[in-house]
Amino acid sequence: MASLGPVDYALLFAGFGVHLFCLACLVKKGSVRRYFTLVLYLCSSIAAGVGRCLILNTAGFNSNNYFYFYFYSDALLIICLYFILMSLYSFVFEEMDVSNQVRAGAMFLLAGTAGISYYMITKSADRLVTRFVIELAQNMYFVGVVLTYLLWGAMVKLRENRTRVMQLVLSMGVYVSLFATSFALGNLHQMPSIARYYYPLMDMWLPASWIYTFLHVPEDARMATARVVAPTQ
Amino acid sequence: MIAALIFLVSVATLLQFFVSYSRSVIVASRRHELSEEACEICGFTAQTVAGDKFGRLLQLISLCPEPGVDSLEVRAVALYFRLLDAARLMLGVGIPSAATWIESERSGCAYAAAVVLDRRIAYSRSMLEHQAGR
Repeated sequence: MASLGPVDYALLFAGFGVHLFCLACLVKKGSVRRYFTLVLYLCSSIAAGVGRCLILNTAGFNSNNYFYFYFYSDALLIICLYFILMSLYSFVFEEMDVSNQVRAGAMFLLAGTAGISYYMITKSADRLVTRFVIELAQNMYFVGVVLTYLLWGAMVKLRENRTRVMQLVLSMGVYVSLFATSFALGNLHQMPSIARYYYPLMDMWLPASWIYTFLHVPEDARMATARVVAPTQ
Repeated sequence: MIAALIFLVSVATLLQFFVSYSRSVIVASRRHELSEEACEICGFTAQTVAGDKFGRLLQLISLCPEPGVDSLEVRAVALYFRLLDAARLMLGVGIPSAATWIESERSGCAYAAAVVLDRRIAYSRSMLEHQAGR
């Protein structure tokens, strides 16, 4: 059973701290109702963190229990990320009244991703079916990248100017791209042992960027999308 | 094959999202007017900050107590600044118009760092006042 070092514990507690602080910021700013999906993600992430901690202490870092719990809890967190994306889509398209179509499309995509991932794994006789969890995470993050990219494209086209929405979408884009890159790299090559420190750091990006957005960017702040996309002199 | 494709596309989108995010942080910081005190300490005018001052501003920022909410902003902008430095090395000589743009972006990064410093100076001052009031 691999034991955790001081760096692992420091990262673990830092992760909890950032998530809890972000939750406190959302509550303090009175944004719980409007940004309910963010609260749902934060609570799920904290619960997954507690579960991972318990399994680490009982079964160890290299155990199958931890492996499966990590990836399946990650899949649930990605579903929460999809909910956030859906709410961001509905913010951007709220004047067009297409939220039902957006919801149906996202659910269809989610089910499709899981189905295609399972089909790909079962068709590969030389690979273990247990690799399904890793492939699923990689594919789900990649679908997240595509959905975020489409949303950002739509925002640029529609000249969306709410700074808060822009920053939430862009930070989400960074997060899902970062994880899709890491999982794809993990599938291509064996990840070095130092990667165990890298994932908790990446996990902190989303709540940390939300803290910045909710503390420094007022709800009514506006910014031209062109200033973010195109080079300015 | 699919993993390689996902890797390439994700790296490209990561770069694009990160640059846009950093630019949004820089543009948002432009709304903040620097205090006279911060300008005096750093030796620049309130409107423009040269990109070359960025390193010094980071050193000053690290000397001030942190309110606990802007370290991500500083790191994201510092990483963007390094990307710009790398782009300046690669493109600056060949494409002069890129050099002008890169310099204006570096200046934006320095302004964002100055805003963080300004905020930290104000925070330190309020802490001192709070302690003196006890």
